[in-house]
Amino acid sequence: MNGSFCRDFKIHVIKTNILATFCKFATTLNTMLTKTWFEIGRYWKFMKGLFVKPEKFIVYYRQVMHELVSIGVGALGIVALTSVFMGAVITLQSAYNLVNPMVPLYAVGIVARDSIILEFSPTIIMLVLAGKIGSSIASEIGTMRVTEQIDALEIMGINSSGYLTLPKIVAGLLICPFVVIISIFLGIIGGWVAGDMSGIVPSADYIRGIQDQFLPFNIVFALIKTLVFAYIITSVSAYHGFHTDGGALEVGQSSTKAVVYSSIFILIFDYILTQLILA
Amino acid sequence: MIKVDHIYKTFGEKTVLDDVSCTFETGKVNLIIGQSGMGKTVLMKCTVGLFEVDKGAVYFDGRNFSEMNFKERKPIRQEIGMVFQGGALFDSLTVEQNVMFPLNMFTHMTQEEKLDRVNFCLQRVNLVNANKLFPSEISGGMKKRVAIARAISMNPKYLFCDEPNSGLDPKTSIVIDNLIMELTEEFGTTTVVNTHDMNSLTEMGEKIVFIYKGKNYWEGTFEELEMSDNPELIDFVYASKIMKRMRKH
Repeated sequence: MNGSFCRDFKIHVIKTNILATFCKFATTLNTMLTKTWFEIGRYWKFMKGLFVKPEKFIVYYRQVMHELVSIGVGALGIVALTSVFMGAVITLQSAYNLVNPMVPLYAVGIVARDSIILEFSPTIIMLVLAGKIGSSIASEIGTMRVTEQIDALEIMGINSSGYLTLPKIVAGLLICPFVVIISIFLGIIGGWVAGDMSGIVPSADYIRGIQDQFLPFNIVFALIKTLVFAYIITSVSAYHGFHTDGGALEVGQSSTKAVVYSSIFILIFDYILTQLILA
Repeated sequence: MIKVDHIYKTFGEKTVLDDVSCTFETGKVNLIIGQSGMGKTVLMKCTVGLFEVDKGAVYFDGRNFSEMNFKERKPIRQEIGMVFQGGALFDSLTVEQNVMFPLNMFTHMTQEEKLDRVNFCLQRVNLVNANKLFPSEISGGMKKRVAIARAISMNPKYLFCDEPNSGLDPKTSIVIDNLIMELTEEFGTTTVVNTHDMNSLTEMGEKIVFIYKGKNYWEGTFEELEMSDNPELIDFVYASKIMKRMRKH
């Protein structure tokens, strides 16, 4: 009788624990889903606010010009450095892996070119830009928020989200394709120099490789990806900056969130676009 | 005249404004006073539409501002000038560009006309030879004056100042107070100043609204305040030794 009671009690305790764990899990999931839906809704509301008629086109035009310099020209140094070394490493690693005597040496050029055009320049360079531009946009707008500069714009009757964000998105969409084209060019040059200097891939083989079986559509694909990623970086970063609440600490957090979320969305959309267009 | 009619504002569980009603009169400096955290800034931000009220309405010369959408509010917003606590000057723009900003956005003036207006506003706030400086290169008092110059650049009907003296020494504070009074008189604006500075109260308190625990606890003129026996108001106004001594005399 006593043993049976103990067993029933133990089963009851286990059941209660399982139920409590399940409830906790369900609550956490519910909170996460609510927060995610809230963020998605707020993002779309924010986006809707951007595409209203600007107060004065000339002011927006000047802002776009300013952002073109800030986003594009300001990022050229890091893009050039990353691209050259990326191209060099891809070439050397491809040569290291293609050791089969049946594979001609110029195949290294083909692999390097296609890797740079299809993936490394549009994706890796845009990830680098997410770090550079994304944090800069989020911290700039976030600082404006906590120092009441955005309130000052709204008091004047200016659509603050449009004024602050639209020029950045337009500038990003205009300049990033050029940045990626420059990156592709420098990446291929980097690979050529590395292969030739190390003596692993002679110059003639590499040049033949980069010309062989070239598909112009790959460039179009790279540019489509670039445009999508440029939109993600500028809009997500501006969104996080715009919704900063608090002080200097929160500006830093918004900046980090901007980079993290931009990078995650770039990787997700990289997969989606590759699946949709190339597969 | 601005009429605040039974407004309520809560943030989550916390009620910050609880049935506040008051009027801000034209051509006068209207002060909102009260301790920190009692809802002064929230009242001001609800009045200008930076926060949406939960209940109640704000009327600008009879126009129900609270019921309007963003587009409908635009013309009224262009009649409002606001000086923020920290100045809220645009960091990337020079003093001149900051003051010119509203003119660039909303007027079709020529560059020369805009420059004339900017120089007039900067001279009006006693700032000369600072046009080409950036906000990071000027002092706190100068920032406040640039903010006032920007606020008056569009000839506002309503001027709002959120703690214009915070972080300033008493002498500079008086300069700013006098400037606000002069501008109110000169342009006939409905000026609303949010402060807990007792010097400002004695300098420019024409109409006073005392906010206590989210409620409009007391409203009247400076003379009425001197005669008042409202315990919370007396406790707040005569908190410092110097004010207590003044009261005795």
